Amino acid sequence: MGGFPILSLMLAIPLLAGIACLFVEAKAARTIALAATLVDLALGIVLWLNFDIGGAQWQYTERYELFAGFSYALGIDGIALLLIVLSTFLMPICILASWESITRRVGEYMAAFLLMEVLMIGVFAAQDLFLFYIFFEAGLIPMYLIIGIWGGQDRIYASYKFFLYTLLGSVLMLIAMLWMVNEAGTTDIPALMQYDFPPAAQTWLWLAFFASFAVKMPMWPVHTWLPDAHVQAPTAGSVILAGVLLKMGGYGFIRFSLPMFPEASAQFVWLVWGLSMAAVVITSLIALVQQDVKKLIAYSSVAHMAIVTVGLFAFNVQGLEGAMIVMLSHGLVSGALFLCVGVIYDRLHTREIDRYGGLAINMPKYAVFFLLFTMASIGLPGTSGFVGEFLSLAGIYQANSWVTLVCTTGIILGAGYMLYLYWRIAFGVQKNADAAAMPDLNPREWAMLAPIAAAVLWMGVYPESFLAPMRQDIAALDARLARAAPDGDADLAAGTPRAEAANAVAGAHDAADGEAEGAH
Amino acid sequence: MQLQSSLALIAPEIVLSLAGLALLLIAAWSRNAGRLVTILAAVALGGASVLVAPALCSGAMGPDTLAFEGQFAADAFASFAKILIFVSAIACLMVAPRFFDRDGAIRAEYPVLMLFAALGMAIMVSATDFMTLYIGLELNSLAAYVLASFMRSDDRSAEAGLKYFVLGALASGILLYGISLVYGFTGTTSFEGARAAMSGELSMGMLFGLIFVLAGLAFKIAAVPFHMWTPDVYEGAPTPVTTFFATAPKVAAVALTARVALDAFGMQMDAWRQIVIFAALASIVVGALGAIGQSNLKRLLAYSSINNVGFILIGLAAGTAAGVSAMLVYLAIYVAMSLGSFVAVLMLRNAQGEQVEGLADIAGLSSTRPLLALCLAVMMFSLAGIPPLFGFWGKFVVFWAAVEADLVALAAIGIAASVIGAFYYIKVVKVMYFDEPAGVVTGRSDWAHWLILGVTTAAMSPLGYLLTRVLGDLADRAAEALLFVA
Repeated sequence: MGGFPILSLMLAIPLLAGIACLFVEAKAARTIALAATLVDLALGIVLWLNFDIGGAQWQYTERYELFAGFSYALGIDGIALLLIVLSTFLMPICILASWESITRRVGEYMAAFLLMEVLMIGVFAAQDLFLFYIFFEAGLIPMYLIIGIWGGQDRIYASYKFFLYTLLGSVLMLIAMLWMVNEAGTTDIPALMQYDFPPAAQTWLWLAFFASFAVKMPMWPVHTWLPDAHVQAPTAGSVILAGVLLKMGGYGFIRFSLPMFPEASAQFVWLVWGLSMAAVVITSLIALVQQDVKKLIAYSSVAHMAIVTVGLFAFNVQGLEGAMIVMLSHGLVSGALFLCVGVIYDRLHTREIDRYGGLAINMPKYAVFFLLFTMASIGLPGTSGFVGEFLSLAGIYQANSWVTLVCTTGIILGAGYMLYLYWRIAFGVQKNADAAAMPDLNPREWAMLAPIAAAVLWMGVYPESFLAPMRQDIAALDARLARAAPDGDADLAAGTPRAEAANAVAGAHDAADGEAEGAH
Repeated sequence: MQLQSSLALIAPEIVLSLAGLALLLIAAWSRNAGRLVTILAAVALGGASVLVAPALCSGAMGPDTLAFEGQFAADAFASFAKILIFVSAIACLMVAPRFFDRDGAIRAEYPVLMLFAALGMAIMVSATDFMTLYIGLELNSLAAYVLASFMRSDDRSAEAGLKYFVLGALASGILLYGISLVYGFTGTTSFEGARAAMSGELSMGMLFGLIFVLAGLAFKIAAVPFHMWTPDVYEGAPTPVTTFFATAPKVAAVALTARVALDAFGMQMDAWRQIVIFAALASIVVGALGAIGQSNLKRLLAYSSINNVGFILIGLAAGTAAGVSAMLVYLAIYVAMSLGSFVAVLMLRNAQGEQVEGLADIAGLSSTRPLLALCLAVMMFSLAGIPPLFGFWGKFVVFWAAVEADLVALAAIGIAASVIGAFYYIKVVKVMYFDEPAGVVTGRSDWAHWLILGVTTAAMSPLGYLLTRVLGDLADRAAEALLFVA
């Protein structure tokens, strides 16, 4: 790319567009926001196409010594690349989702979203520890405003809870970062990923980082901010929360906790597994009894994120790749599910499941999309969900079969609550006249849902496109973790290979030989 | 020769005293000269800032900076603090005329008192002798007592002045008692002498002296447990004066405390460190908890200033050059944030042009006065230390210094407590952005207010990070100058 600062450009475009949105009226703000996010999407695709698979680990690097104490350093590897592409892919869809439903203070709304995009790309692209922290924390401000200004009934409680919960999680991480920089003498993330911290210190550092990422992820039992925030946020806010913000936790684990503190990660492996198992079972059961569509999807997010954490802490290639694919897939699928909820919420203005029913009759096209995403969420083969969950569970199976057993119930329970949800909304009789009168998808909603559906199927049928860019990075991470990886309980011992086929009989073999020779 | 070089070193103070005396004459001889005197006072302060700047830029330190046989140091550290003091005094002069317009024109005593207060503070930060310290402190305090009760017709203002005076006098007494103990047990009032005398074992008398001196200074910087006067005085005093109290005297008192702690008591760091750590954590927590229930913006900001002092003291507790430098960076950022938020409060006027300062009055400010609400929101998030706003940088450097000095636990507790503080800052944002408009704030604002608010908001925006190198450099030089003695 000849050193063209494409990442900075991707940060600058939404930032400038966001500032512009503050000063124009509603219609122009929508157009500016859509244009800016589409340009960023195009740049994201350029980024992907030009990414040199198998090339240098860190590409598109930029570095300017602008500040005291830390530098403005950007650069991405395959893992960050995919998450950036996911963010840029979801953003125009979010803008479209808010096209008609947001009528109040549109300029500020679009500005908040564009700022959010800047910060998300910044988080994934930052190569300096403190730059990462600044982007990571700054996301609180626009999200707080989005939930608080444009949210639902209990938006104020939800916005406070979101803000303070995640802030409390992150501040200890800052102290840990300061300590690390003091010890290692650099703020450069790639350098820190190679630095071996003393194991005793790793424990504390790991815990401090864990406090932050576990809340962001979110892991049970610190997930309680998520259902509130999801339910109260406007549709697009939920999409961004589920689609990208939750991925910051997983990205944090894969970028910081695992490579920087491998010994501590191994030491706390049961903590992560235990919380993940609890999350899978408990939040799935909670999801089963929800009456609120958004809350149900929010709890299902917690369960899916638990699959991510077990995959990450399986300490092998399958687990790590699976975790990444689950993150990408969940970003698409849960985002799409929230959009599906948004579609019917815009028509009926209620999130209560009982107020709908039989939508397959009057909204058949909608029902098809909703079904696809429901199946993807369950993990039906052919959809992205299957690839990720299968790889994750295959990874954890090498490490511990009991954990696998418990986590796999999540798939079954997931099928339970998702199918039950789908049945209550789309099938059955049309018990509510107003729900029965709702029109089917309009072109704008088609434009939102169709690209995601295509991506979900693509990732499900040909995941190689997504696995290839990160293969080398995952392998590097796996090599780094190898020294600390806990022993698996499967005791898979490779026997010595037999000299001949298992069904070979001595006489028959000779006869066959003879025949062969006879043929000559 | 000696006298000449001494006089050259105190040139900024001479300028200020002469200007103060001359302006006092103008004020006495002509009526309605308020505006003119205000402008001239600002010019004098600007001139004094220009005079102190070279010492900071060249990083002046050592014996060359000592005037009057070691009673006064015009080093880079003092210059850094003086520039902050003078600049905030100028800002407080700029915002005042419009405020006092409501009760007729501004009276000329206001700028004159500000000048003398600034002069007192300049002496405080340069003091290297307990006597100089006390003279500076009292010169500042006497002017401040009068300023607090400047609105003679307002009961709250009179009450604020009286409270400030009574408690301030008590604190001065405590400080003076501490100084006398230190003098009694070390036989000297100079910081250098006290440092030398205390290099050995700390006697009981010295310890008491040290504690009393620090307690007296803690009152001046409004650190817990000597903070009780702050909310009442901040609420009662006229808002421009409150702006002044929250900025310049804070800088002066903190700088003075740092000099006393690291210079005079520099050999007994362990003795005062635990006091400072306690005061820091207590200030952070009490400041944060106290602010939660407040419904008056000025009271809320008063607690916020207590909270901020806690973070500043963490830098002092580190006791290293990095700690002092972090403290100074924090002070500079804090001054900008306080100026911005108090000026924003000053700009809240109802249709009759009267000041409003209730939290409920700014409900829905974002729809009626979007730009003002945006600026105030930037200030609030910045005070809460949320990146990417520049307030984060202050906390960042302070905690970095603490971690470097191996005070990881202090840093961890301090930063966790900062989350409590975030609650009320975001509550202000919530009131402005999430609530239905109350429609109270409708009055127009003065250009001087917009100017100061605009400059401080720009500085607190992420653009501020571009200043980090310059600011860090200057603060490092100042810190080096302070620790030169060692």
